[in-house]
Amino acid sequence: MWDRIVQEAPDFFTYYNAIFVLQAMGRTLGLTVIGCVTGFIFGFAIAAIRSTRARALLPLRLLVTLYVEIFRRIPFLVILFIVMFGIQAVSRGISLFAIALISICMVSTAFMSEIIRAGMESVPKMQREAAEAMNFGFMRTLLLIILPQAWKVILPPGFAFMVMFIKDTALVSQMGVVELAFTGKMFVGRGFSPFLVYGTVLAGYFVMSYPLSRLGAYLENRLATSRSRESIQRVWTGPGPVQSEPVGEQG
Amino acid sequence: MNLSVNKGEVISLIGPSGSGKSTFLRVLMGLLPPTAGEVRIDGGRIDYRSRAQLRAMRDRMAIVFQQYNLFQNMDVLRNVTIAPIKIKKRPRADVEREATALLLKVGLAEKHHAYPDELSGGQQQRVAIARALALKPEILLLDEVTAALDPELVTEVLDTIRSLASEGITMLIVSHEMAFVREVSTRVVMMDKGQIVEIGSPVEIFGSPKEARTREFVGKILRH
Repeated sequence: MWDRIVQEAPDFFTYYNAIFVLQAMGRTLGLTVIGCVTGFIFGFAIAAIRSTRARALLPLRLLVTLYVEIFRRIPFLVILFIVMFGIQAVSRGISLFAIALISICMVSTAFMSEIIRAGMESVPKMQREAAEAMNFGFMRTLLLIILPQAWKVILPPGFAFMVMFIKDTALVSQMGVVELAFTGKMFVGRGFSPFLVYGTVLAGYFVMSYPLSRLGAYLENRLATSRSRESIQRVWTGPGPVQSEPVGEQG
Repeated sequence: MNLSVNKGEVISLIGPSGSGKSTFLRVLMGLLPPTAGEVRIDGGRIDYRSRAQLRAMRDRMAIVFQQYNLFQNMDVLRNVTIAPIKIKKRPRADVEREATALLLKVGLAEKHHAYPDELSGGQQQRVAIARALALKPEILLLDEVTAALDPELVTEVLDTIRSLASEGITMLIVSHEMAFVREVSTRVVMMDKGQIVEIGSPVEIFGSPKEARTREFVGKILRH
């Protein structure tokens, strides 16, 4: 195996193959980033709609809830094909990449909305009440009070989802979109060693997802430390016996 | 129940748990929908279903909660100034100057940039009072503001309220601190099962209650 890898490596790591793999990685990254950003925006909108209480918005609440519940329950691959055949029934001029992107956005919206909703619900109801008593409107309460507090609950599962999503985009290779996983299939088809090819693919996924995990960890940390100097010390003292610090003057 | 309050009065609501004291304050503030009855301010009836009227009324009142409910994501100064700046659209410099004075008044001049979770319960509640006062309310509602506090922290909060009472701000107080109620109230309202049992001066309610239910309640409370 090792001999074969060494032997094929010069033929495999050519300029054109590298460009091809990088382009495929770009497509994977594009699908993920656009999917997650769109998912975040629409997911936020859905979470916000679901947090309303006005009776007039009940049909809208039901509709978005139905959307979320359905799209979280269908396998991603099935959604891909439903969307593909659905769109192709209407128009044939839409690229596979666009169809894949639409499917990805629909799925990530459903999942992101649940992550954001859970974060928003982690903020005590009393915070909302205090804001209401001071005449804060819906959007001001959301943006000034709920979201800043929900953030630290949203971030960890949010980034976990994005990292997972990088890998899930591999499924769009099934409908013929040339992204990273697809290149693996293709090079193996050309006769290269599967170990060499999929080793490269693996490295590609790692290179994309690891920085994202690090970014998530960094943001979480920053969020925890941005408050005050004491809390920075608290975080960086690491494991070990918790030092009790005097917090304020106790009466 | 029927209750009218004059400007500058300090009304205390007492009664057993579940008698509807807090509910009454929450309905007044529009946090719970009223099922029946009416609220009038300066003779004008408030329609709680009208957003504009609800807003206008909340503009004239402020409430302090049992659990303080300070915004956890903001430091003390921002907690006090956010509503006047963002909601009432007043100039930041003015609001901050007033907030500084208010925080001095409640004894927290040093704590401008502390976050709520760095403060003791008594300190948080005093910030909450400063936050309510920064709204310049005509009526201040205090909903069991000392109930969640350790006994030794109660005094500092009561001292703050006492000084407000002497300044002539209209207050509706729900409290179980009978000695305090007796001292600061102009009138005391005894409630039970959602009804007003008796209204009277502190001397009347605590000294010579007319109703048997009041006598029973006050007797029980004062015995220990």
